[in-house]
Amino acid sequence: MEFLVASAIGIMTAAGLYLLLRLRTFPVILGISLLTYAVNVFLFTSGRLTVGGAPILRDGVTQYADPLPQALVLTAIVISFGMTAVVVMIALGAFLGSNNDFVDDQPEGQDDQMEGRS
Amino acid sequence: MSLFFIVALPFFGALLPGLMNSAGRSACAGVTFTVSLAAFIGLLTNLPSVLAGEVVMARVDWMPLLGLNFTLMLDGLGFFFALLILGIGLLIIAYARNYLSRDDNMGQFFTYLLLFQGAMVGIVLSDNILLLLIFWELTSLSSFLLIGYWKHLPDGRQGARMALTVTGMGGLAMIGGMLILGQIVGSYDLSVILQNREMIQADPLYVPALILILIGCFTKSAQFPFHFWLPHAMAAPTPVSAYLHSATMVKAGIFLMARMWPVLSGTPEWFVIVTTAGLVTMVLGAVIALFKHDLKALLAFSTVSHLGLITMLLGTGTAFGAMAAMFHILNHATFKAALFMSAGIIDHEAHTRDIRKLGGLRKLMPVTFVIATLAALSMAGIPLLNGFLSKEMMLEEATHTVLFNSPWLVPALATFGSLFSAAYCFRLIGHVFLGPVREGYPAKPHDPGAGLWLPPAILVVLVVLIGVAPFLAEPFVKLVTASVLGDAAEVPKAYFKIWHGLVPALFMSIIAVVGGLILLLVFNPLLRLWDAAPRPEAKPIFEAIVAAVVRMAQGITLPVHNGAFSRYAAIGSIAIIAVGFHAWMTGTSAAPTREMQSASPVAIAGWLMLAAATIGLVIMHRNRFLSLMLIGIVGLMVSVGFVFFSAPDLAMTQFTVEVVTIILLLLALNFLPKSTPVESSTLRRVRDGAVAVAGGLASFALAYHYMLRDAVSTPISEFHLANSYKGGGGTNVVNVILVDFRGFDTYGEIIVLGIAALLIYALTETLLDGPVRARLLNRKPDRPQSGTKHPMMMVVLTRVIMPMVLMVGFYIFLRGHNEPGGGFIAGLIVSIAVVMQYMASGIGWATARLRYPYHGVIGAGVLIAGLTGIGSWFVGKPFLTSDFTYVRIPPFQEFELATAALFDVGVFLSVVGAVMLSLESFSRLAQRPKSREDEYPMDIDPSRDDPPTEALAPNGKGA
Repeated sequence: MEFLVASAIGIMTAAGLYLLLRLRTFPVILGISLLTYAVNVFLFTSGRLTVGGAPILRDGVTQYADPLPQALVLTAIVISFGMTAVVVMIALGAFLGSNNDFVDDQPEGQDDQMEGRS
Repeated sequence: MSLFFIVALPFFGALLPGLMNSAGRSACAGVTFTVSLAAFIGLLTNLPSVLAGEVVMARVDWMPLLGLNFTLMLDGLGFFFALLILGIGLLIIAYARNYLSRDDNMGQFFTYLLLFQGAMVGIVLSDNILLLLIFWELTSLSSFLLIGYWKHLPDGRQGARMALTVTGMGGLAMIGGMLILGQIVGSYDLSVILQNREMIQADPLYVPALILILIGCFTKSAQFPFHFWLPHAMAAPTPVSAYLHSATMVKAGIFLMARMWPVLSGTPEWFVIVTTAGLVTMVLGAVIALFKHDLKALLAFSTVSHLGLITMLLGTGTAFGAMAAMFHILNHATFKAALFMSAGIIDHEAHTRDIRKLGGLRKLMPVTFVIATLAALSMAGIPLLNGFLSKEMMLEEATHTVLFNSPWLVPALATFGSLFSAAYCFRLIGHVFLGPVREGYPAKPHDPGAGLWLPPAILVVLVVLIGVAPFLAEPFVKLVTASVLGDAAEVPKAYFKIWHGLVPALFMSIIAVVGGLILLLVFNPLLRLWDAAPRPEAKPIFEAIVAAVVRMAQGITLPVHNGAFSRYAAIGSIAIIAVGFHAWMTGTSAAPTREMQSASPVAIAGWLMLAAATIGLVIMHRNRFLSLMLIGIVGLMVSVGFVFFSAPDLAMTQFTVEVVTIILLLLALNFLPKSTPVESSTLRRVRDGAVAVAGGLASFALAYHYMLRDAVSTPISEFHLANSYKGGGGTNVVNVILVDFRGFDTYGEIIVLGIAALLIYALTETLLDGPVRARLLNRKPDRPQSGTKHPMMMVVLTRVIMPMVLMVGFYIFLRGHNEPGGGFIAGLIVSIAVVMQYMASGIGWATARLRYPYHGVIGAGVLIAGLTGIGSWFVGKPFLTSDFTYVRIPPFQEFELATAALFDVGVFLSVVGAVMLSLESFSRLAQRPKSREDEYPMDIDPSRDDPPTEALAPNGKGA
């Protein structure tokens, strides 16, 4: 089980990094989202993996999953929504303003050539 | 009064002029005057102790480990300078009230002035040299604001920038010098440093420290070769020039040389550097001043010259030189401030400062004539005025100074400088006030009101008083000299007298005055000669140096920082992976302590879906709609994973966030291109792939390693599990952590979320205000549009479902404390319910039914959460301490009431507001004015089935 989770983190990190290095904004945003998943899951696993032990206190139960990473990751998920929204807004603003969605600065005068290409 | 108050008063008082700005100009100046007066009186209350020879101290430890303490010290020297700063400051404030016009923002001016005053007082009262450096930099900054006060004048801006560059650079050098000094002595307290003359001068680092500190002093006090900034700073309003260049800013360097005199002076290095710089500055400034036609420029160069004179006196390293320097500081401050103010009066009344356009003002402005003439004659060194006395002492000192093995070099140059000094003083009187009255002044000159001439008149009274009765100033100057000298030397016995007999200094004075008169007689031929002679202009040289430095910086920065963000990302990723790899290889790790759990078929199936979706996403990322679906699957599998691994709260959060994120990305994709073109080369893709695989392997290894080992020490979660019910009154430990144990974190988090939403709103507003708006309105859809913009089924369904979703949200919220749920999740669920209405019925319809703006919802949420936290103060508990109780209201079962639930309401509202504000902002980009759809959300528009190329929607339909 640990191997599966760790490899899932690895796959998501690799995919996230690859998309992060693309040249257009949209794949980069997806890459950031993937990295967010990977990081959140990694943080979550710092409480180690527990099956069937949700941290809801019950009489007679002594084995619970670590609640602290869960609480931290919960807020992280919500904040990551806020950050994604801001990044998307910036990307959108840049696209609407310059009519291209390149991540890198483009040499002067190339903006118009990109018009219509999509 | 405590020294702290004297320093703090101007700083705190600086708030007042801005506040009083609307109360009128007199109120503004009045409050500034009162603040300065309070500090001045506070200083005077310390006079008895200073006269008794005590050193008043005030000390608060600030950062003792760094040696930085807030230590203030008041001795004779500090008192003398503080007296000049505050005393002349009072006159300047009164003068500025009448000088500034109605167009000038007086509150701003006096705020800057008080900031500057506070920083100057701080310099002269600091006992800790690090503290002194802080005040030193503050004077550079506040003088920048003062010099550039008339922001509309390019000269003012350039002059301010030049002053800041030069003095700031010097300040940097001085920081280095001071740190070396502190290292040598082992203390940053001046009172300790001043005791260690031998230790400092024997240290091999003495010369570097000396040079660095002197660079700081020379730049501040405009000594050659850093003198050029001072004349350019004359673009400032005249009250600023009068203040900065007579008593304060430029005297700061002199002050520091005097302060450090006991430990730094007396060595050959000090003597050669300081005396030479002072001598050159004195002669150069005097010669240039004679040929300046701008009254203020003439005074500026004369200031440079006199500062050189004082520097030279300090450089000689004798006790008599130091005493002469102190005396001249006093005299120079009085006559120069008076002269600057007179120049300001002339400028104010005649509307010109050009000497060539003036003349004959003696009859038109008799009061100003008397003031300016007395001050100028004092500067020229005419007996019975105070300038004569200190100039005599300077010449006397010069005759005893042997520089470069030549006994006549210093006396000759000093006489030469005095000669030019006398000449420009005579020119000032002769060409401005004497001569015939002219016809064509830019404005009809006349004497101003008392508000303008009284401040310089007070100073001229001092000029005459000290000049006629020097014995009045003698005890005070000797007291100051004693604190300059410290233990290094005895105060000289010499008396301050007008007549010393037929000493060499007298003959040198006579030569200077007679020579000055002769120079004035042959002024016109001399001027032609001067204008014909080539000479370097400081400003172009300075600008060229700055431009060269900028080019050099750009040469380094631009190639590194070339705007290729994907390259930065690659470099950053590689660096992080490399550091992690290094740590992995060099560190040690324990053996695994946990058994690997066996994988169930469900888990393997989930893993397969996640892996397939992720890899598929990478392969098919060019199709943006498809990639959006795939990332939705990834998010879904992550939430399923959370369910599987006992984290129901996380699963619900992830799931709901996934929904709103996908909606958000869809909204964005409405405008963005629908596919990503193939652009990067194969080589580049291989490189990126290698980086990605390395990063993936690294995170895999880290996570795998981590999960198979137990925590090194007991996790604090044990505490949370044990106290969740007892202390927090809830059985859902995750929720109790969020709203109780770590409530402060959560509070910060909802604020961040709210700020993010407001940022999105602001960006949208900016976009819609700019040229983008026209482009959005003219945008043609790039793919066929559906005719049923608001499908009837969806509209009906979402409206029916709305109450149910709200009910679910309410339920999830209430159970949150004991079962999975809570404010975050409930907020997301309710947001989804509202978003569905937007999607189905259109933004116009939804907005019309919106009762509370989302900004307000965010604010209310943060406010409720904050007030809940503050509530615990009233029962004497720290912020956000929660309490709970169980109540029973028939016919319901017993239930729990907790303050944490109120906090959770705040969280709930913030989340709803933030999510909705973000999504609404995005959809507003697609909104069009006067669209029919706003009124009839369920109407069907058959024209929309047209292919996009023919959809010439002139009224903006077809989004």
